[in-house]
Amino acid sequence: MALTPDDVARLAGLARIDLSDAELAHLAPQLDVILESVARVTEVANADVPATSHALPLVNVFRQDVVTPSLPVESVLAMAPHAEDNRFAVPRILGEEA
Amino acid sequence: MSLTTRSAAELAGLLARREVSAVEVTAAHLDRISAVDGDVHAFLYVDGDRALSLAKEVDARRAAGEKLGPLAGVPVGVKDVFTYAGAPTTCGSRILEGWIPPYTSTTVQRLLDGGLIPLGKTNMDEFAMGSSTENSGYGATHNPWDLGRIPGGSGGGSAAALVAYEAPLTVGSDTGGSIRQPASVTGTVGIKPTYGGTSRYGLVAMASSLDTPGPCGRSVLDTALLHETIAGHDPRDSTSIDAPVPDVVGAARSGDVRGMRIGVVRELGGEGYAPGVEQRFDEAVALLQDAGAEVVEVSCPHFEYALAAYYLIMPSEVSSNLARFDAMRYGLRVGDDGTRSAEEVMSLTRGRGFGEEVKRRIIIGTYALSSGYYDAYYGSAQKVRTLITRDFDTAFQVADVLVSPSTPTTAFRLGERVDDPLSMYKADLCTIPSNLAGNCAGSFPVGLAPEDGLPVGFQVMAPPLADDRLYRVGAALERLLPSQLSGLGALPGSLAAKEALR
Repeated sequence: MALTPDDVARLAGLARIDLSDAELAHLAPQLDVILESVARVTEVANADVPATSHALPLVNVFRQDVVTPSLPVESVLAMAPHAEDNRFAVPRILGEEA
Repeated sequence: MSLTTRSAAELAGLLARREVSAVEVTAAHLDRISAVDGDVHAFLYVDGDRALSLAKEVDARRAAGEKLGPLAGVPVGVKDVFTYAGAPTTCGSRILEGWIPPYTSTTVQRLLDGGLIPLGKTNMDEFAMGSSTENSGYGATHNPWDLGRIPGGSGGGSAAALVAYEAPLTVGSDTGGSIRQPASVTGTVGIKPTYGGTSRYGLVAMASSLDTPGPCGRSVLDTALLHETIAGHDPRDSTSIDAPVPDVVGAARSGDVRGMRIGVVRELGGEGYAPGVEQRFDEAVALLQDAGAEVVEVSCPHFEYALAAYYLIMPSEVSSNLARFDAMRYGLRVGDDGTRSAEEVMSLTRGRGFGEEVKRRIIIGTYALSSGYYDAYYGSAQKVRTLITRDFDTAFQVADVLVSPSTPTTAFRLGERVDDPLSMYKADLCTIPSNLAGNCAGSFPVGLAPEDGLPVGFQVMAPPLADDRLYRVGAALERLLPSQLSGLGALPGSLAAKEALR
């Protein structure tokens, strides 16, 4: 298996990261070496071994259903790249014809 | 002896007896930062005015006879991954440049509640991804022992600040070794508490099932006092353990290892380990044996797969956690010219705002979680996590603590590994197993490697919620070994040489 710059471009697209052609060419062989190295996990991961997703044996933790104060709107919006009318202003999320 | 070379415990004593004021102690450290941080670059932001006004408050409360915490008035540096309302929090990333959080992390809040004085935010690899601070978007931190070398990472700023006497205490976070490896290469103490023993609320997430805030100090007792301050149950973190904090301060004061069973992990040594690291490690084990500990050899056969499992589990969690940096609600926004869609703006912003290592890890995680690869990669890594936890369980049947070098080598040169991600990852070979299993572990200084005169770290690992054992062993070593830093009042290595020229 060899990871190509096209593969990296597809993955970067899924992760919403814009990469230049130079970055794709630089990252592809590096990622290939890393992925080849980490594939070792399959050597010992037999079917009879249960998976661990978390170090603690956790169950859901609930708090009391009581209303507590939220952060003030102005302090939440203070660091927004763009805000209007007490809301976050964002670029369009739908296509022109929608 | 200047105020900046004193231990936190000594400063606490002077403050409690009112022989010195918190304002004097804080001002001395701020002066020290001004004097040396140009060379070290441990701090990304110095919160001088607020630090002095907090110190003034502590002095006033003490003068009024109020009962204060044991470290009240002692300054502390905070890794830039913890939110502190009013202070910029960048996580070493350009994507968060200038972001001022509207809320304060539990860790920082507990420092404030204890009367400690946050001096500012310390440098780190971007989003805590790295072992050298070279991945910081704001330039690397330099190791005061040799300014041409790395201070470790990701918490290199927190470690270097201690060695350069810019802060007597600092807090860090450890996902794969980000507290312990910097401690090792700077000759300081760094503890990764039991997962869930310290709160992740307000700790900017890297890999949530692994991230653990923890204390850093120049002495074992100082670190224990800080541990006690920040640890304990927090209802705002659903993975926080609701159990009493182990008696870490008592253990640090005791240092009694008689009858303790110390397990040397066979797999964490040998090829790839520097001779001086192994020599100092072996000497330290012999010292513990002389002090009455029983030394046994243990085998953890799956540890050799830990690095591989970690570099699947962590990037998978990273790819999910870092999706929040979407240019919509806070942080950088690039290319919003009225014609581009939100998705295009998001991609441009993340392409511009994230550094190379962050991009690598997000892409690896995206790959490992993608359909068709999930079982082979992420699924297998989770099974290895089980096998590593079982290795620990078996080893802890015959040993009270496990020990190893903290990292295979001493501090490497800045630039040496930046173009070889895999060799950089190997710096965390010994520290990663404890993150995967969630047990506690710490690094303690055990002298300098003969070949290069640089610090060597000794890792102690203990079962979950037995954090006190780390301090017991660390305190024993501190007593048995000649002091390198404390009491000398001198600075190590090349920063000292530079100082002498001033």
